[in-house]
Amino acid sequence: MNRSAMDLWVGVFVAMGIAAIIFLALKVGNLLTLNTTPGYVLEANFDNIGGLKLRAPVKAAGVVVGRVESVRLDPKTYEAVATLRIDREYQFTRDTIASINTSGVLGEVYVGLDAGGDPVMLKNGDRIVKTQSAMVLEKLIGQFLFDKAAEGGKAGPGEKAKEAEGIKK
Amino acid sequence: MSVEVAHGPAYWLRRLGSAVTGGLAKLGYAARFLVAVLWHSPQAFRRMHLTLREIYFAGVLSLVIILMSGMFVGMVLSLQGYETLKRYGSDEQLGILVALALVRELGPVIAGLLFASRAGSAITAEIGLMKTTEQLAAMEMMAVDPLARVIAPRFWGGIISMPLLAALFSAFGIFGGYLVGVRLIGIDEGAFWGQMKAGVDVWPDVTNGIIKSIVFGIAVSLIAVFEGYDSKPTAEGVSTATTRTVVISSLAILALDFVMTAFMFRGAAV
Repeated sequence: MNRSAMDLWVGVFVAMGIAAIIFLALKVGNLLTLNTTPGYVLEANFDNIGGLKLRAPVKAAGVVVGRVESVRLDPKTYEAVATLRIDREYQFTRDTIASINTSGVLGEVYVGLDAGGDPVMLKNGDRIVKTQSAMVLEKLIGQFLFDKAAEGGKAGPGEKAKEAEGIKK
Repeated sequence: MSVEVAHGPAYWLRRLGSAVTGGLAKLGYAARFLVAVLWHSPQAFRRMHLTLREIYFAGVLSLVIILMSGMFVGMVLSLQGYETLKRYGSDEQLGILVALALVRELGPVIAGLLFASRAGSAITAEIGLMKTTEQLAAMEMMAVDPLARVIAPRFWGGIISMPLLAALFSAFGIFGGYLVGVRLIGIDEGAFWGQMKAGVDVWPDVTNGIIKSIVFGIAVSLIAVFEGYDSKPTAEGVSTATTRTVVISSLAILALDFVMTAFMFRGAAV
């Protein structure tokens, strides 16, 4: 095989390889969506963030409007502080409620934003005041059991004591 | 056979000692060989046509097997993944499954294994035969350094080809997964690509896959040229060296893959 034909094939091969890398970066990965738009940053305090992960989506009405950039613990209040990076094209009112939700039973955890009616919009670095923490299943079950026990207790603490005495005898 | 029974424990200890020192000596020789190849590498790029020829033999001629395998691996992943995901009612996640499996692991690893057996063995056999027929010695007689003229172009040809082949493998695998998942099974096309985009990050997923494939390219190329250069100059020696190239490269790829995965994706889920 002469040299020019070989050069041509090598050129075709390298071009194909670079095209494949670009395909992986753009079509498979998300290089051009959300990553290149720097957007602005909002902070939100939560009592409990549950299973919220870095880069989890931030959704408003189901539409992805940003990503969770960092999660840390406030050393004074012992609250979790989530930093949200929001696309520049979306503005949210000052009374926006941030909540931690799960899509489906086994689905991913995301931050939901529900805009209110305040005329003032949140700016870069602002804090979302109204938040709703993640629902932790164990706590819910614990609460449920506790309530049941409390109901049972109200019905007749004396009878239970009598029963216990009966067993002793 | 009866003679060997007479050996005492000292004999076996001596065998163990010679095996360890022999292995260490070979490792040191390979490291010095790598330094020598790197030292002569600028000449491989100054005479670019030599390296281009090796990219042709290692890369272009491996294209058919890489693309076909990538396609079939993606198709199988798609079929198997669908069967499992369907049980949890999340068959739309098929795009993520196929793409992450290919980009993170299967693309670099299977392309590396195929590259070792398709191109690495050929490089070893070629260099080994050149040594057997004393072509390397003849070059030295003519004051042409075989490290610069023969070894370095093959080494760099392999390193350049490998990441491109791995990327093509992954891309065709995803295309194969798309064919089976969307065209054959009938998953929604938008969900397939959309979930894939949402779940695959350029950093760390795609970038780490490319880093892996570059490391595999370096490992396979070095092992291939070293085994060829170090082979015994006999017909048997060349065949042994070729076999060793495939075996050692495959083991090196799998071991390196484990080590790199442990470092790369340890913190990715947090």
